[in-house]
Amino acid sequence: MSQQETDLEQLNVFDLSGFAKLITLLQEKGYTTVGPTVEEGAIVYDEIDSIEDLPIGLTDEQAGGKYELRKRNDHALFGYVVGPHSWKKFLNPAGLRLWQARRNGRSFEVLEQEAPAPSYAFIGARACELNAIAIQDRVFLKGSFVDSDYAGRRQNIFVVAVNCGQAGGTCFCDSMNAGPKAKSGYDLVLTEIKAQKRNLFVVEAGSEAGANLLHEVPHEPATEKQMARVSEVVSDAVAQMGRQLDTRDLQSLLYRNSGNGRWNEVAERCLACANCTMVCPTCFCSTVEDTTDLTGEHAERWRLWDSCFTQEFSYVHGGSVRSSISARYRQWITHKLASWVDQFGSSGCVGCGRCITWCPVGIDITEEIAALREADSGLSSILRTEEKE
Amino acid sequence: MAGKVEKPVPAQTSRRAAKPKLAVWKFASCDGCQLSLLDCEDELLSVAAGVEIANFPEASRAVIKGPYDLSLVEGSITTPHDAERIHQVRRASRFLVTIGACATSGGVQALRNFQDVNEFISIVYASPHHISTLKKSTPIDEHVTVDFELRGCPINKMQLVEVLSAYLNGRKPNIARHSMCIDCKRAGVSCVMVSQGTPCLGPITHSGCGALCPRYNRGCYGCFGPMENPNVPSLCERWAAMGHADVEIYRALSTFNVNAEAFRKESSLYEKAGDSE
Repeated sequence: MSQQETDLEQLNVFDLSGFAKLITLLQEKGYTTVGPTVEEGAIVYDEIDSIEDLPIGLTDEQAGGKYELRKRNDHALFGYVVGPHSWKKFLNPAGLRLWQARRNGRSFEVLEQEAPAPSYAFIGARACELNAIAIQDRVFLKGSFVDSDYAGRRQNIFVVAVNCGQAGGTCFCDSMNAGPKAKSGYDLVLTEIKAQKRNLFVVEAGSEAGANLLHEVPHEPATEKQMARVSEVVSDAVAQMGRQLDTRDLQSLLYRNSGNGRWNEVAERCLACANCTMVCPTCFCSTVEDTTDLTGEHAERWRLWDSCFTQEFSYVHGGSVRSSISARYRQWITHKLASWVDQFGSSGCVGCGRCITWCPVGIDITEEIAALREADSGLSSILRTEEKE
Repeated sequence: MAGKVEKPVPAQTSRRAAKPKLAVWKFASCDGCQLSLLDCEDELLSVAAGVEIANFPEASRAVIKGPYDLSLVEGSITTPHDAERIHQVRRASRFLVTIGACATSGGVQALRNFQDVNEFISIVYASPHHISTLKKSTPIDEHVTVDFELRGCPINKMQLVEVLSAYLNGRKPNIARHSMCIDCKRAGVSCVMVSQGTPCLGPITHSGCGALCPRYNRGCYGCFGPMENPNVPSLCERWAAMGHADVEIYRALSTFNVNAEAFRKESSLYEKAGDSE
């Protein structure tokens, strides 16, 4: 058995200096290291130079429409869950120039594309987020059309995942079978454990690139006790899930309730502001804008994040197909949890809870499904009674 | 109303054709929006190259006779004289675009719409009998047909350049009518309402400023007025639940776009409570 194969199977452990070395090595190999960092009261994903840029000793308290940073009583590097950003901002940027052209007499000339996007190393991606990336892969890469920009960015990433040691108030990845333990989609996965007040990371390689890199980082084999901690850490997170979503029969529940009165109730609260879709790590919809400069000598085509909550989104000749907010909310949740399965072969939800936390009025997808289920069972019992009669 | 003209006719059919005539008109306003045109610095030469500036008192005294291909109208209608004049402007203009909160909703001066204007006149002016004014400050589209509305207090100069570019090149302007939140999220700005408890009008406010205030850690003041079908009652309920008094909600909705229907409808519900405090 080669050394590499050993590393792919074995659990190893390194400390803070090992983690710092890992980041330096990635940078030396040409990766732009991006990861969680604090900005204006929230943990966002941005460029990080070193582990000092991580939100050390911080945690986030999350509820419907509420997010608050708090100090932890330790110096954990990953003692929080997910914030308003997701990795889609690097793989599927919010604004992307697709091409630009210059007038050339009565014709036009397409200008050369700019330099390709940098190679990103994602530091601290969570299990739900790896699942979200896998879902966007199915959308952008596995269908009849491959999105070349996404493909280019996607193939160059290096993923350092982190198993969640604690879940947030709006987390329900466990219900969606999308976490809290990372199962695939990473090059290296870390589990942060504490031993004699030291930050230790149990590390496992998930790819050859990960195993190769691990060779260059000082590490030692994990002890039995440390290995046991990994499962304990993950089961702690499972126990702390702030939300649950009952996924039984979810597709037909949504399909048979398109006329349920609950959609009008939620629409009274829904702002149609589109925050839920913007923060969702799997929502991928975009709009395309053609633009010119004043002289008409230069034209550009841009792709921008869009949302099914805008009126323009469903605009066809003569008007918007989904003019009411209730129709838009129903469309979003039905696509996310039901027709997504028909379209892409899996649910579009990974249970990260962002749509709950970042909804300004705290609308909760799990609560809506529970309410719909209750209304549906009430309805079914009435129908059953009528049938008997 | 915004978006009434679906397919603007190309202003120039050939490069050699006469340049379209642009006129800028001022009604009751602070001049800030028309100054955005002069503030276009980098683009100003291209604007001047693309159009003949036929009437623009802030920039030049020279006045070229109409009709005009494109009129930019700033300000609201507040006097009997202006209520007549706007019809003359409309008749002399092929396309009429209103710019700014005054022209699109009545502006901050529309605060008087809900009070006794004669009382104001008697308090403010030494010789009230010289004053001829209307009881209400109203947006331009209550008087004449408007081809396109550009929101904001003031307008975003890049949006003005976009409208002019679209006009000159015979294409649809890329001016979104959705919430400001989309701009915040595209820019990666964390929600100030969710993460800091700052009251923000972003979720009901028309996009256009590029999320200026949240980028500087402040809540949105609603300068661009109500977005497409805004849910104002829901946001106000949330503000109230966050501990904001009725008077604060009333005041937040009663600024530059006080006369915009969606804002006014809700602010009037909070007004009485505000008065009593």
